[in-house]
Amino acid sequence: MNGPHDMGGMQCYGPVVPEVDEPVFHAEWEKRALALTVAMGFCGVWNIDKSRFARERIAPAQYLSSSYYQIWIAGLERLLAENGLATNEELASGRASEPASTVKRVLTGGDVAAALAAGSPVERQATTKPKFAVGDTVTTGNSSPQGHTRLPRYARGRTGVIEAVHGVHVFPDANAAGEGEQPHWLYAVRFEGVELFGPGNDQQVVVDCWEPYLES
Amino acid sequence: MAEKPKDHDHSHLSDTELRVRALESLLTEKGYIDPAALDEIVETYETRIGPRNGAQVVAAAWTDPDYLTRLREDATAAIAELGFTGRQGEHMRIVENAPDTHNMVVCTLCSCYPWSVLGLPPVWYKSPAYRSRAVSEPRAVLAEFGVELPADKRIRVWDSTAEVRYLVIPERPAGTDGWDRDALAQLVTRDSMIGTGLALDPGELGG
Repeated sequence: MNGPHDMGGMQCYGPVVPEVDEPVFHAEWEKRALALTVAMGFCGVWNIDKSRFARERIAPAQYLSSSYYQIWIAGLERLLAENGLATNEELASGRASEPASTVKRVLTGGDVAAALAAGSPVERQATTKPKFAVGDTVTTGNSSPQGHTRLPRYARGRTGVIEAVHGVHVFPDANAAGEGEQPHWLYAVRFEGVELFGPGNDQQVVVDCWEPYLES
Repeated sequence: MAEKPKDHDHSHLSDTELRVRALESLLTEKGYIDPAALDEIVETYETRIGPRNGAQVVAAAWTDPDYLTRLREDATAAIAELGFTGRQGEHMRIVENAPDTHNMVVCTLCSCYPWSVLGLPPVWYKSPAYRSRAVSEPRAVLAEFGVELPADKRIRVWDSTAEVRYLVIPERPAGTDGWDRDALAQLVTRDSMIGTGLALDPGELGG
């Protein structure tokens, strides 16, 4: 989806302002926002790609005027409502008025260390040979899917070179749509700045691209 | 009343604070979360997982050629040797700075960041300013961090669009021959491992 999250190459947001000696969190609620998002992910009702897609669908004005943890909270509320875990009325009141849904797992305090240390790997067994090898020239497709995708607009319809072959990874475009993992070969593709942003750009940009994003 | 504050019932709490509290109490009541797990998650990222992890990886890479070889071949496994694994670090790769190349990492689409070695990302990393401009004008962004590179040094920006997480191995500062790993790790800043900074020179170390 061509939404407000797809920011690469925009020029309207001013300078980067690093904060000296920045704390990990700036407020108590940020701690809870992070932890709620992580803990609810373990319930197994959605996946990381669905979470990202929920955040991307926040209205642009709200997305751009929110801090990142506010975006996470808005995304979490949307996921809860869309998956039937809470009604909008319950989200507004903070009190349950409907019975709870069944979730696959509830993360307990004692599970946290092991669960965080394990993470959620997305590499899968290869069942095909990779179509491309390091050094091959490839061109990205130029499309504007309505759903979730991880090919940024600035890198669509552009020609680059395979920098690395990462293995076979869960395909976010399918996984976010509830169509299963549909794993595909994943490549690091190196683009010249001139190809992406025009004359005077001497940087190189490497974008991780799944095989369906690429043509020879 | 001419003006009615939005949070008149809880004048010390913002709308966002109230919303997050309501959410936590609702999800607890529904039985989806265990508040003890939330405390544990916060504690983990406040005190146990942060850029000191990554600094140990870099210091090991600087001092042990065999370790560097393992990092190049399978960074996830090599980093796990030091005990750093898991969430948002499941698939690690290193990118090495060199006299002719400077690497810098961004996530233009959201906020992907190698939590297992750097902890949670700083606010600027998640900001529209950084996400938009890191790919299109990296030299100007670096200048905002006080980093100026020679014009002939190539800049390579890694946009974290998949679940692969990139850790920059900065160049080892001059004047550190014979330093041990712990001493070297003190020179490795968070920003030097994102690529928006360089490792400190020995003279820049605080007293």
